[in-house]
Amino acid sequence: MSAVADRIVELTGDAGSGQLLEISMGPHHPSTHGVFRMNVELEGERVMKLKPVFGYLHRNHEKIAENASYLAAMPYTDRLDYMCSMTNNWAYALSVEKLAGIAVPERAEYARVIVAELTRLQNHASLIGFLMQDMGASGTPLMYAFREREKILDLFEQLSGARMMCNYMRFGGVRVDPSPEWLFEVRALVGRFPRFLDEFQQLLMENEILMSRTQGVGVLPRELAVNAGITGPMLRASGVNYDIRKVDGYGIYGRFEFRVPLGEHGDVYDRYMMRVLEMRESVKILEQALKGIPEGPVMDPKARLRGLRPKAGEAYGRIESPKGELGFYLISNGTHEPYRYRVRPPSMINLTVLEDMCLGRSVADIVVTLGSVDIVLGEVDR
Amino acid sequence: MLGEGIVKGLAETARNFFGSYVEKDRLTTVQFPEERLPQAEAARVFPFLVYDTDDMEKGLRCVACKICEVECPPRCITIEKSTEKKPDFTGKPQFYPEKFEIDVSVCMSCQICVEVCPFEAIKMDTAFELSTDDRFGGLRWEKERLAKPNEYYRQIHPMEAAEVDEQLAEKKAKAEEKHAPAAATAEGAATR
Amino acid sequence: MTQGLDQIFVTFQHWAVAHSPAAVQPAVSIVLPVAGILILFPSLFAITTVLERKGLARIQNRYGPNRVGPYGWLQPVADAVKSLTKEDIVPRTADKLVHFLAPVLLVTVVFLEYAVIPVGRNMVLADMNSGVLFFFAAGAATEMSVFMAGWSSRNKYSLLGAMRAVAQMISYEAPLILSSIAVVMAAGSLSTVTIVEKQAGYSGFWPHWYVLTPWGLAGFVLFAIAMTAESNRSPFDLPEGESEIIAGYFTEYSGFKFALFFLGEYLEMFAVSGMAVTLFLGGWAAPFSFLTWIPSWIWFLGKVMTLIAVFIWVRGTLPRLRMDQLMNFAWKFMLPMTLMVIFSAGLWKFLPSGVLRWLICAAPIALLYVVLGRVLQSERRIEKRVYRYAE
Repeated sequence: MSAVADRIVELTGDAGSGQLLEISMGPHHPSTHGVFRMNVELEGERVMKLKPVFGYLHRNHEKIAENASYLAAMPYTDRLDYMCSMTNNWAYALSVEKLAGIAVPERAEYARVIVAELTRLQNHASLIGFLMQDMGASGTPLMYAFREREKILDLFEQLSGARMMCNYMRFGGVRVDPSPEWLFEVRALVGRFPRFLDEFQQLLMENEILMSRTQGVGVLPRELAVNAGITGPMLRASGVNYDIRKVDGYGIYGRFEFRVPLGEHGDVYDRYMMRVLEMRESVKILEQALKGIPEGPVMDPKARLRGLRPKAGEAYGRIESPKGELGFYLISNGTHEPYRYRVRPPSMINLTVLEDMCLGRSVADIVVTLGSVDIVLGEVDR
Repeated sequence: MLGEGIVKGLAETARNFFGSYVEKDRLTTVQFPEERLPQAEAARVFPFLVYDTDDMEKGLRCVACKICEVECPPRCITIEKSTEKKPDFTGKPQFYPEKFEIDVSVCMSCQICVEVCPFEAIKMDTAFELSTDDRFGGLRWEKERLAKPNEYYRQIHPMEAAEVDEQLAEKKAKAEEKHAPAAATAEGAATR
Repeated sequence: MTQGLDQIFVTFQHWAVAHSPAAVQPAVSIVLPVAGILILFPSLFAITTVLERKGLARIQNRYGPNRVGPYGWLQPVADAVKSLTKEDIVPRTADKLVHFLAPVLLVTVVFLEYAVIPVGRNMVLADMNSGVLFFFAAGAATEMSVFMAGWSSRNKYSLLGAMRAVAQMISYEAPLILSSIAVVMAAGSLSTVTIVEKQAGYSGFWPHWYVLTPWGLAGFVLFAIAMTAESNRSPFDLPEGESEIIAGYFTEYSGFKFALFFLGEYLEMFAVSGMAVTLFLGGWAAPFSFLTWIPSWIWFLGKVMTLIAVFIWVRGTLPRLRMDQLMNFAWKFMLPMTLMVIFSAGLWKFLPSGVLRWLICAAPIALLYVVLGRVLQSERRIEKRVYRYAE
C-alpha cells in the first residue's frame, strides 16, 4: 500500500489533493471483454489507483469437477476459456494422463497439435481485432479477423461436431479420427492463411495512430513480470524467453522447428506484435504437422471410456495456451472423482499486474492495456 | 514518412470495399433464413433415441441400463426402468425405459451419453430451431418426443448411421453364430 | 438547353416571384431558397446515413442495412419513426432549459452556415462581402451548443466529454481558418462567390482550381483534417465515442433530441465539406472544359458527396487518437504547416507562372512536412521495431 502512495507522490508532486474522482468502469461496459469491473480513482485524467473486481462469472467449475467423474469434467473445461476450448481440453487430458500414467498414440498427438495451433491462430486473430475495436477502429480489423475465425470454427465443427465447445480430447487420445478430407481442408486453410496475415499487417502494423496509441503504453518491466508469475505472450513481450512448448516439450512439440519471438519494451505494441509473429510460427508448425501425421489409431483400443480410477497421487499438467500457462492440478484419492481439482488460470494471474501497468497513465490507456492482457472472463472467474 | 502507414491502411480497406462486390470471399454473410449453409455431418445439438422398424415401443433400442444417466455431466437425463421385460422387435424380452426424460435447457450437448451407450440407442440430433414459449415444461422432452426412427438417423448422419448399422449387424451375426448350434439342436426354427 | 438546366432553380425562383403579389415578393424571393436548403440538405443527410452504414459494412465484408425498402434505402424512414416515438428522458437534476436548447441551437446555427455556400452558378442565398468570415463565425457557435449539452446533463461523463470536445474544437479552429486564409489571399476577397468565380476559368482544358497548386493541395489536406476534427468524426471522435465515456456529451439525450444532435453533426459535416469544395475544389465549376455542359449544381453535389465518401472511408480504417495526441497534432504539426502554406501562397502570387513556380512553392512545404514528421516521431519515440527470436 505504501508503494502506491509513494508512486502517487512521485507522479503528482504532492500527496494528492484529496479530490480524486472515483469511477467504476463497471461490469456492464462496451470494452471490458466480459463482465469485469475496475474501480479507478482519477486525478484529472491520470490514474491514481485501479482495483480490478471480478467474480461476476463464477460458475463453481472446480467444485463441480470435484463432484463428478474425470470424464464428466471434460465438457466443463471447454467452457473455461470459451474461445480456446481445444487447448483447455488438452491441458486437462494431459494432467489426467500424468496422474494415471496413460500413453497417447502418435496420430492422436499430431491431431492434438493441429487443433491446438488452429486454436492459437483464431485466438490471436480475434484478440487483435478486439484490441483495434477498443481503440475505435469501428470494427474493421475485427470483421477481418472474424472472417478467418469462422473458417477455423467451421473446421472444428466438421471434426468434432461443435464450433466452440468441442469436447474433443479424451484421456489417452482424441475422440474422433481426423478424416483425409478434413486434413485436406486444413491444408487449404493453412495455405491461404499467410496471405490474410499480410493483409492484416498492412492494415495495421505501420499505422501511425496505432503506433502512437500503443508504443510506450502499459509497460511491464521484466522483473515484475517474472515475480508476478506472468506467462504467455505478455511475458515474452517483456523479454523473458519462456515458452512452455520449448521448456517442457509436452506432446510432440520437440519435433517441430519453430522460433519464439521476444520483445524488448514490454508495452502494448510489443504484446500485439508478439501475437502477430506467433501466428506466423503457428502456421509453420501446422505445415510440419500436416506433413508428418502418421496413420494409426487415435485412442488406445484397450482404453475404457468410463470408470477411470487413477491411483492415489497428484499431478500438475500444463500447456502453453494462447493466453499463457494453463495448468490443472489434480489430487486423486483412488476413487472415480478427483479429491482436489484446481485450475491455474493464466488470464487471472496476468490481470494482477494491471494496476502497475496503468498507474499514472490516462484513462484511455486503461482500455488499451486491458485489451492487450487478453482476458476471457470464463477463465478469470471459472 | 509520417502518414505512410495510414495510406497503406486506406489502400487495404479500399481493396476490401471493391472486392466485396466482386469476390465471394470478401462478403461472407449468409442471409438466414432465406439462405442456409449446409450443416456439417458431425454437427450435434440435442440427443434423441433411435428405434428400429416402425414400432416405437418395440423397436426402441434403449434398454434402460442407466449408464447415460450416470455419466451425463449436468445430470439432465432422468430414466425410470420398467419392472418387467417386454419382447422387442426381434422377440427377445428386454427391459425398457418407463420414463425417459431429458431436460434440454440443462443439456450441454457434450455427446458423452452417445459415447458411453453400449446399445447405440441414443444419438445426437441436428435440428436447432427449437424455441418454445412454454416455460414450465416445454423444454423437458419425454420419450415420445425423443424417439425417432433409424431412417431419420440415416438422413441426418449418413456416414455415422452406416457405420452403426454395420456394427449392429456384426454383433447380431456373432450372437446368432453363438446361438445357432443351440438353436439348431433346440428347435430348428430360424429366428430371422 | 444545358444553360436552362443549369439555371433551372433560378428561373423557377424568378417565375414564382413574378407571379406573386407585390407585397409579398421580397418574402417569397427569400423563402424559396431557404426552403430549398431546408429540403436539400436534410435529404442528403438521410441518404448519407444509409450510405455510411452500407459503405462501412462493405469495407467490413458484410451487407449493411438491406431489409427496409429496396436494398435498404428506406432505412432513414425507419430511423426517423424510431427516434420520434422514443421516450424523451430528461434527468431529474438536469438544467431543463439548457438541456432543451442545446440541440436546437446546434441545428439553427448550422443551417445559418449554408447561407454563404454557392450551390451552383448564381445560386447562393446571401452574397455577402465577408462570406468566409461569416461561415467560420457561425461554425464557432456550434462549440457552445456542445458545451451546453455536456453541462446541462449533470453527469460526470458528459461533462468530461464536453470539455474534451470543446478543447478539441477550439484547437482545430486555428488550422481550419488559417488554411482558408491562403485561399482568401489568392482570390483577394472574402466573398465565396468571388472565390468560386476565380476558380471557374480554364487554361486549355485544365481548371484553375486552387487544389492543383502546391499550397492549395497542402491547404486542402490540412483543411480536410481540421474538418474531420471539427465534426468530431473518427479518428477524432474521442469526445463522443470513447469506450469509457459511452457517448460523451450526448449520453443523456434520447429520442428526437438525439436525432437532432446527429442531424446537426452531419449537417455541419456537409457545410464544412461545401466550404472545402468552394475554397479549394472550384465550387460548382466542372473539372475539364469539355464537361461544362453538366449543370453546376450537379458538380457541386458530386464533389460534396465525394468528400463524404472519403470521410466514411477514413472512418472505417483508422483508430482513434488519444486526447493529448490530438492536441499535440493540432498545435505542433498542423499550425506550423498552415503558416508555411500561407507563406507558400504568398510566394505563388509573386513568381512568374511555370514549372519552376510549382517547385519553388512546393519545396518549403515538403521540407517542413519531413522535418516535423521526424521531430514528432522521435520526441514520442515512435519507431518501427524489429523483433528478435530466442535462440
